Amino acid sequence: MPLLRKGRRGTVAESLWLYGRLVSQSIRAQLQYRLSFTLTAFGGFVTSVVEAVGIWALFERFGSLGQWTLPQVAFLYGLVNCAFPISEALARGFDVFGKEFVKTGNFDRLLLRPRSTVLQLAGHEFQLQRIGRLSQGLAVLAWAIWMLDIDWNIGKVLLLLFTLISGVVFFYALFIFQATISFWTTESLEMMNTLTYGGVETAQYPLAIYRGWFRGFFTYVVPLGCISYFPSLAILGIADPLGSSLIFQVCAPLAGYGFFAVALLGWSLGIRHYTSTGS
Amino acid sequence: MLGPYPAIIAVRFKMLLQYRAAAWAGFSTQLFWGFIKVMVFAAFFASSSLAQPMTFAQVLVYIWLGQALLALLPWNVDQEIAEQIRGGGVAYELLRPLDLYSYWFARTLAFRAAPTALRMLPMVVFTLLVLPLIGLEEWALPPPESLASGAWFLVSVLGMLALSTAFTMIMHICLMWTISGEGINRMMPGIVPVFSGLIIPLPLFPDWLQPILYWQPFRGMADVPFRIYSGHIPVTEVLPEILNQWLWFGVLVGFGYWLLNRARRNLVIQGG
Repeated sequence: MPLLRKGRRGTVAESLWLYGRLVSQSIRAQLQYRLSFTLTAFGGFVTSVVEAVGIWALFERFGSLGQWTLPQVAFLYGLVNCAFPISEALARGFDVFGKEFVKTGNFDRLLLRPRSTVLQLAGHEFQLQRIGRLSQGLAVLAWAIWMLDIDWNIGKVLLLLFTLISGVVFFYALFIFQATISFWTTESLEMMNTLTYGGVETAQYPLAIYRGWFRGFFTYVVPLGCISYFPSLAILGIADPLGSSLIFQVCAPLAGYGFFAVALLGWSLGIRHYTSTGS
Repeated sequence: MLGPYPAIIAVRFKMLLQYRAAAWAGFSTQLFWGFIKVMVFAAFFASSSLAQPMTFAQVLVYIWLGQALLALLPWNVDQEIAEQIRGGGVAYELLRPLDLYSYWFARTLAFRAAPTALRMLPMVVFTLLVLPLIGLEEWALPPPESLASGAWFLVSVLGMLALSTAFTMIMHICLMWTISGEGINRMMPGIVPVFSGLIIPLPLFPDWLQPILYWQPFRGMADVPFRIYSGHIPVTEVLPEILNQWLWFGVLVGFGYWLLNRARRNLVIQGG
């Protein structure tokens, strides 16, 4: 068993294999409580449907949002509501890190194991129940694409996939930031919800409707717009009222990966700062 | 006549007031949410020149009061009561020489009121007084339409508290049917915000939906008080709305009592 080889941190392939094992274990554990799982997933579905109903009602009432139509906004909505639940499912270990690892002192146990803390936390739990919200996001995205007359080509398909994955990576990075902060504060901060859940809410609407400082923050500090608004303009073929160029729109999702790299850097700084709460 | 219940409310209230740090974090989070909503609505209002069922100022009232009174809405349960039901502690509760519904009602009232009491004032002060000072007057919470509107608003907040507590009680009682109860409670963060008006103000929903939105209890938990404050419900029409709140309160309490009696018959105490 390569797993038992002593004194090695493990290759990338081995880490991936181990991650796969952790995820499949987690999924099997969750499916033991089938009714509870179904109800939770369905609850997530209902909660997100309700938000979509709100947007629909506003369009019924006001007709349009500036230049934007309902299917166009539904596209933005679908995009972010696919990326976020996938991230939530994958990053659960980081999401609960403050409460379940730092406050309790359980993080010490992770540090003693001969694998990286990121790998162990990533494999902590795979939240299958997020499928409820994801399926709703996918349905809205599919409806938007069906309603919109998009001039599809291979480049646009790739850009859509690239944007989705960047979105997952971006939100994952936010969860890592949230976990890193708890090295200092012990508790997970409710304030981080403004960036995760608040980010989802923000990205459901075109960035152009917000004030300058708000847009700047969500483009250059927390690059939320780069994984939703800007690439969507390129896919939908809309000229940006903010004046961004096509090349910027296509490359913007890269910012998600840069953000992730910064998050990992912060994480390693945080670990160095860590002092156990346990005895 | 009220017996020990006011004391139960007071003790729980004091305990819950300890969580001040959480209240501050909640304040900034809700402020941020409020800003997003304000900008979204401003953009929608700018897109249409048609007369809407509500003015932008009335929507501002709706948004900021919604943020201020968010904790009052029945979207979650008291984890301590949930734990009693899950862990079998409810057996001890049944042994007390108190009416279980009234005892839990008193606890639930404090559970709903205490976090709100902490969060409401800073939010109202900030959005009413501070926002205009820092140059964001077009986003600020407008003052009540009139003195009478303000006074009636406070009266309707009482109805809101009563309604919300009665509904939270039903959620607590549902937990006695363990799994299905939890399932029902998981739906509430989805259902309550829409029907109370927190997602978007109820008058902005399509006209054909208005009759449905009128005949449901959640309206009294946000829509009614907020519209009384902004004068969208004029002072002359306030009384029936307040009566409506208390009528629904009666229905919810009656249903809760009935449900609790049924639950007690099926109750299985876990643990030995």
